[in-house]
Amino acid sequence: MVDVPLGPGTIIPAEIEDVELYHPKSWVTKYVFSQDAKVIAVQYAIVALSVGVVALVLSWLMRLQLGFPGVFSFIDANAYYQFITMHGMMMVVYVLTALFLGGFGNYLIPLMIGARDMVFPYVNMLSFWIYFLAVLVLVASFFAPGGPTGAGWTLYPPQAILSGTPGGQDWGIILMLVSLMIFIIGFTMGGLNYVVTVLQARTRGMTLMRMPLTVWGIFTASFMALLAFPALFVGCVMMLFDRALGTSFFVPSIVEMGQPLDRSGGSPLLFQHLFWFFGHPEVYIVALPAFGIVSDLISTHARRNIFGYRMMVWALLAIGALSFVVWAHHMYVSGMNPSFGFFFATTTLIIAIPTAIKVYNWILTLWRGDIHLTVPMLFALAFIITFVNGGLTGLFLGNVVVDVPLSDTMFVVAHFHMVMGVAPILVIFGAIYHWYPKVTGRMLNDTLGKLHFWVTFLGAYAIFFPMHYLGLMGVPRRYYEIGEMSFVPPSAHTLNAFITIVALVVGATQMVFVFNLIWSLRHGRVAGGNPWRATTLEWQTPETPPPHGNWGKEQPVVYRWAYDYNVPGAEQDFIPQNQPATNTLPLMGLAHA
Amino acid sequence: MADHALTDVREDIANVSGLRTIATDLASDRKAFKNVSWGKAMMWIFLLSDTFIFSCFLIAYMTARMSTTVPWPNPSEVFSLTIGGTSLPLLLIAIMTFVLISSSGTMAMAVNFGYRHDRRKTAALMLATALLGATFVGMQAFEWTKLIHEGVRPWTNPWGAAQFGSTFFMITGFHGTHVTFGVIFLLILARKVWRGDFDTQRRGFFTSRKGRYESVEIMGLYWHFVDLVWVFIFALFYLW
Repeated sequence: MVDVPLGPGTIIPAEIEDVELYHPKSWVTKYVFSQDAKVIAVQYAIVALSVGVVALVLSWLMRLQLGFPGVFSFIDANAYYQFITMHGMMMVVYVLTALFLGGFGNYLIPLMIGARDMVFPYVNMLSFWIYFLAVLVLVASFFAPGGPTGAGWTLYPPQAILSGTPGGQDWGIILMLVSLMIFIIGFTMGGLNYVVTVLQARTRGMTLMRMPLTVWGIFTASFMALLAFPALFVGCVMMLFDRALGTSFFVPSIVEMGQPLDRSGGSPLLFQHLFWFFGHPEVYIVALPAFGIVSDLISTHARRNIFGYRMMVWALLAIGALSFVVWAHHMYVSGMNPSFGFFFATTTLIIAIPTAIKVYNWILTLWRGDIHLTVPMLFALAFIITFVNGGLTGLFLGNVVVDVPLSDTMFVVAHFHMVMGVAPILVIFGAIYHWYPKVTGRMLNDTLGKLHFWVTFLGAYAIFFPMHYLGLMGVPRRYYEIGEMSFVPPSAHTLNAFITIVALVVGATQMVFVFNLIWSLRHGRVAGGNPWRATTLEWQTPETPPPHGNWGKEQPVVYRWAYDYNVPGAEQDFIPQNQPATNTLPLMGLAHA
Repeated sequence: MADHALTDVREDIANVSGLRTIATDLASDRKAFKNVSWGKAMMWIFLLSDTFIFSCFLIAYMTARMSTTVPWPNPSEVFSLTIGGTSLPLLLIAIMTFVLISSSGTMAMAVNFGYRHDRRKTAALMLATALLGATFVGMQAFEWTKLIHEGVRPWTNPWGAAQFGSTFFMITGFHGTHVTFGVIFLLILARKVWRGDFDTQRRGFFTSRKGRYESVEIMGLYWHFVDLVWVFIFALFYLW
């Protein structure tokens, strides 16, 4: 190494850099092409929730066909598969991932760690607009010739490639793949920001082990996403080549419509490996932010420090790491080497250990807590129950011998929706009820919130519990019509009709939530700076909603962990993270980590 | 008042050693990696993510190569140049590799002169790096043209498994795109250095932030990474 002389002007990296904030001057740079993480967060949230409404309507259409087959003439088999595909892909990638990381990540990371903004606000802005472009391309496929792809959300080849199938015909699949690639580019820009901000831009005193678990969850998930999305990206590139250029990465020797195709040597299994190397971490990319947020909601609304904070952090990291070595448990019936099944079943079941640690710690946090059944708390409690229920059926499906007969039945649909559909959505609702006062300065209406909660919670169980029974009876998933199968009793059809009606009601109830969001913007009770009497930094901002730059003149200094609730000897039942220690106020918990 | 709780973290750092120091450093306040700037941290993490992209490409290629039913074309014969009647295997690829590795050398020198605030030498060396990069891309274009003339297409080729052409165009194309982007950013950055933006604290056109000579090093990280990836492509695609 050459010695670099320390002359004048030589750069010695500063202990901490000062964000050079971009100060917007016009309405457009303030609210449209904004570089402020808080505005970007709201933009992400609005777009993601809008996509969510579209995906919800698609699920209605699907349920109408399943509940009342043949009644609605506009739902033919082709349309049904398109609804399934778009519902799944939209919900998993464009709603849940975007909302947790782009929405909550952008809003909460800088505020919770005491930063003024993300480290690279301009890149952060690009991230949102590229995401928006991805959404436009995806939605465009509804208007393209032949409509969107009907390949199923997993886009399995060869049927996603060949032109004679609901998956591969016309423009749908091309637009889907292009949209996913754009999404991944946009996400990478955001994800790098989230990770580097957490690692390198925390305020004075904010050690890693003083960070709220929400930040830990979002941080771990963002990091995982940066390593998992590449596999999907590569899969998309190769499939696009197969579809558009006629290569044969994923197409084996095959006969289409009686005609042997001029292609051979490809491996459909290769796509499944690439897809699930992304797909399984993706489950935890959605779940880990939910875990983190729920920990904070429970601690705040039960007025009790989180039980086993260190173990909670290590469990998050362990789940994150393990989730990269379990992907092929989605492929037990794919025809891969059967001995792989043993390995992947083992790793899958090992994940139950850190997950169980988290659940026990949540319960022990609640134990003898001063539980306030506020709307966010209700959603958080509902999440724990739902996640445990969904997780238990995961133990069934993680075992090869149980999975093989259940794999293509409604049991999988039920499991997946409990654990990855309903559970994270409950957290999203809870988190919106919790942080809406900080974002807007006003509380959401409580009565409407409780109505929304009870219908959604009970309704979700009315929808997905019966599906487990349908699955155990052998009712297959993804079928347009069940028809006259000897093993499907007439009661299954009645149950399907029941599920459809409940789904329509629960879906319609979400409009109460949307109404609440809009109505409370003007008419909600004024919240004040810290309505939940919480300890974390975002509630200690000098103004609410927090202004550009978040903290006014001085960034906050952190003296304690995020969970000093009901400290003996303290005046109030909570001590904010930025309150210094005094003789009567000892530093609790991990203050000297 | 403010430093009461903060000092014990520092004292801890002073009192422990070895691995403990690393752990304490990582978990301390403000920065997990003490002397690493935001930009550099971001580039490292991006490169980690990009590593996964190229790994997926290469593993997919190896899977395809192992699972085809038709023999794989012999790379030594396919990538040979006939000069003066003798066929020299991998001649062009060898020159390309040499050019790209050399560009890593000029890049490293640019980083060194950047930290000395030697505008002219830094900019000149960055231009040299960009030139070598462009040469590499140019030779790759020549190679593509030659193969296309010989009948290689993404979906077929005259010698064997169709996946040969598919993976070849996909992987070298993706790598070539990386090099091309690198050349573009090298040129932009060389212009900034030449103009003295980092001395006059001129603000960026898009980000309106002040730049620093450290950008040269961050650019270098990317460039060395792209070279390193080529080594793996060379070994796994051309030599195998």
